[in-house]
Amino acid sequence: MKFKNRNFFLTEYLGRTLVTLCGLLMIGITISIIGFIMSKGIQSFTQSHISLSDMLFSKNWNPSDATNPTYGSLIFIVGSILVSVGAVIIAAPIAISLAVFMNYISPKFGEKILIPVLEILVGIPSVVYGLLGATILVPLIRNTFGRVGFSLIAGIIVLSVMILPTIASIASDAVRAVPKDYLEASYGLGSTRWQAIKLAIVPAAKANILTAIVLGLARAFGEALAVQMVIGNTIKFPNGIFDPTVTLTGILAMDMSNTINGTAWNNALWTLAMILLFISFFFILIIRLIGRKGGKQA
Amino acid sequence: MNARTMNKVWTGIFYLIASLVVILLLFLVSEIISKGWGFWDINFLFGNPSNTQAGGGIGPQLFNSFYILVLTLIISVPLGLGAGIYLAEYAKPGRFLGFLRLCIETLASLPSIVVGLFGLLVFVTMTGWGYTLIGGALAISILNLPSLTRVCETALLNVPKNSKEGSLGLGATKWQTIVKISIPTAIPQLITGIILAAGRIFGEAAALIYTAGLTTPFLSTQAPMNTPMNPFNIFRPAETLAVHIWKLNSEGIVPDAQAIAAKSAAVLIVMVLVFNLVARLFAKFIHRRFTGTK
Repeated sequence: MKFKNRNFFLTEYLGRTLVTLCGLLMIGITISIIGFIMSKGIQSFTQSHISLSDMLFSKNWNPSDATNPTYGSLIFIVGSILVSVGAVIIAAPIAISLAVFMNYISPKFGEKILIPVLEILVGIPSVVYGLLGATILVPLIRNTFGRVGFSLIAGIIVLSVMILPTIASIASDAVRAVPKDYLEASYGLGSTRWQAIKLAIVPAAKANILTAIVLGLARAFGEALAVQMVIGNTIKFPNGIFDPTVTLTGILAMDMSNTINGTAWNNALWTLAMILLFISFFFILIIRLIGRKGGKQA
Repeated sequence: MNARTMNKVWTGIFYLIASLVVILLLFLVSEIISKGWGFWDINFLFGNPSNTQAGGGIGPQLFNSFYILVLTLIISVPLGLGAGIYLAEYAKPGRFLGFLRLCIETLASLPSIVVGLFGLLVFVTMTGWGYTLIGGALAISILNLPSLTRVCETALLNVPKNSKEGSLGLGATKWQTIVKISIPTAIPQLITGIILAAGRIFGEAAALIYTAGLTTPFLSTQAPMNTPMNPFNIFRPAETLAVHIWKLNSEGIVPDAQAIAAKSAAVLIVMVLVFNLVARLFAKFIHRRFTGTK
C-alpha cells in the first residue's frame, strides 16, 4: 500500500514537472528565436560596418557590386508595407461585412456555408495561392493593362484573399460578443437593421475589429512565397500599382541561399530578417494596446 | 434615401458580398482541379521526377510531405498537449503566466520565413546536419506549437467542471484526473484540432526551403539506413510537395514545369479538403456518439 502511494506521488510530480517543462519550452523557443536572429542581424553593424541609417533609409540595394556595395533596405520595407496595407484595404471591408452577415443577417447561411468556406480558404496553402496568382491573375493583368503582369496589385489581391478568413473570423467573434441588448434597444428606438448595424453593433465591436485588422496586416506582412510568386521581384520602388516591386520576405526567400555565410551581403539579409522580426513585435504591441484600451472602455 | 430602402439596399449588398466570397472559393478550387486535371495518374503520383524531360512524377515529394507531417506531429503533439495541460490546469495567474502568454502570442505571429531562418541557423548550420528532414520537421513543429497549444488548452478548459470535481471527490489525484477524465473527454476536440493542424503542416513551404532543402536524393528502399538514399533516413534533404511547387514556379527547367506545378497544387488541395472533411465528419460522428442525438 505504501509503495502504491509513493507511486501516486511520483506520477503526480512527474506529470506536473513534464507539463511545466513544456510551458517553459515555449518561452525557451521564443527567446532563442529572438536571440539567434538578432545576434545574426546585428553582424551587419558590428562585423561588416554598414551604417544603421544607410541600412534603414537608403534605397540603394546592390550588395553584389564589387567596388561599392550598398545595403539599403528601404525598397523592401516600403514594398512590404504597400502590399500588406493594400491587402488590408481590400480585405477588411469584405471581412467585416461577412462577420456582420454571419451573425445578424443570415446566421444559418453563415454557419452552414460561410464558415466552412472560410475554413477551406484558410487551409489552401500559400504556394497554391501564389501559383493561382501567377497562372490566372498575372496573365489577366498583363492582357488587360499591358506591362509584365507581375505587379504590386497582383500581390495585393492574392494577399487579400489569404487574409480575408483571418480578419473575418476574429471580426465575427467581435460582433457576436456585442450584447443582444444593443440590437434590441436600437430596434426599440425604431431603427432599421442596417442602422442598428452601422450605429450600434459595429461601433461597439470597434476595438476587437481593429485587433482583427491588425492581425490580418501582420499575417500579410509576414507572408513570403505567395507574394514572391506574383510581385515580380524587381528591386525598385513601384511607380503605380501595375508596377512590379519586391518585399522583405521575398528577398529573404530568394537570396539567402545564394550568399555565403559571414559575408556582408549575407549579414545584410539577416538584418532584413531582424527588421521583419521587429515589425512583427510592433504588431503584437499594437494589438496589446488596443486590447488594453478596449478593456478600459468596457 | 428612405431608411427602409437603405436597409434593403444594404441587406442586398451583404448578401452579394457573402455570395461572391462563396463563388470565389468555388472558382479557386475548380481552377486548381481543372488545371491539374489528371493528377491521380499513378505514374505521376508515385513516379520519379525528371530533371530534363517532360512526364516526370512527384513520388519522392509526396512521400517527403507525408513523412515530415508524421515527424512533425510526433514532435509537436506531445509538446503542445503538455503546454496546453499546463496552461489549463496548473498555471497560476501572475507575472509568469502573463510572460508565457506573451511568448506564445509572439511565437504565433512570427512570419513562417523567420522560423525557417531560425531553423537554418540552428538545425542546419549549428548542428552541422545540413538540409535535413528532421530539421524541417522541427522548424514546422515550432511553427505549429502555438496553435496546437491553444487547441489543447481550449479543449481541456471545455471539459465540464462536474466531471473533474467528481473525480477529485472520489480521491483521484490531480494528474489522475487529467489523464483519466479530462484528456479522454477532450479527445474529440483534440483530434479535430490536430487534423486541421495537419492540413496546415502539409501545405507549409516557407519554413522548409531553408531547413529541409530544395532537393531530394534518388530514393531507394534497398539503400542502407545511414545513406541519404534511404527514404526513411531522417538526416537527408527532403523537398516536400509545397516546396516543389514553389521551386517549379521560380526555377523550373523541365518543359512541363507548369503542368507539374498545377497537378501538384491539385494534389495539395485535395489533401487539404480531405483533412478538412475528415476533421468535420469525425467531430460530427463523436458528437453523435457522445450525446446520443441523431
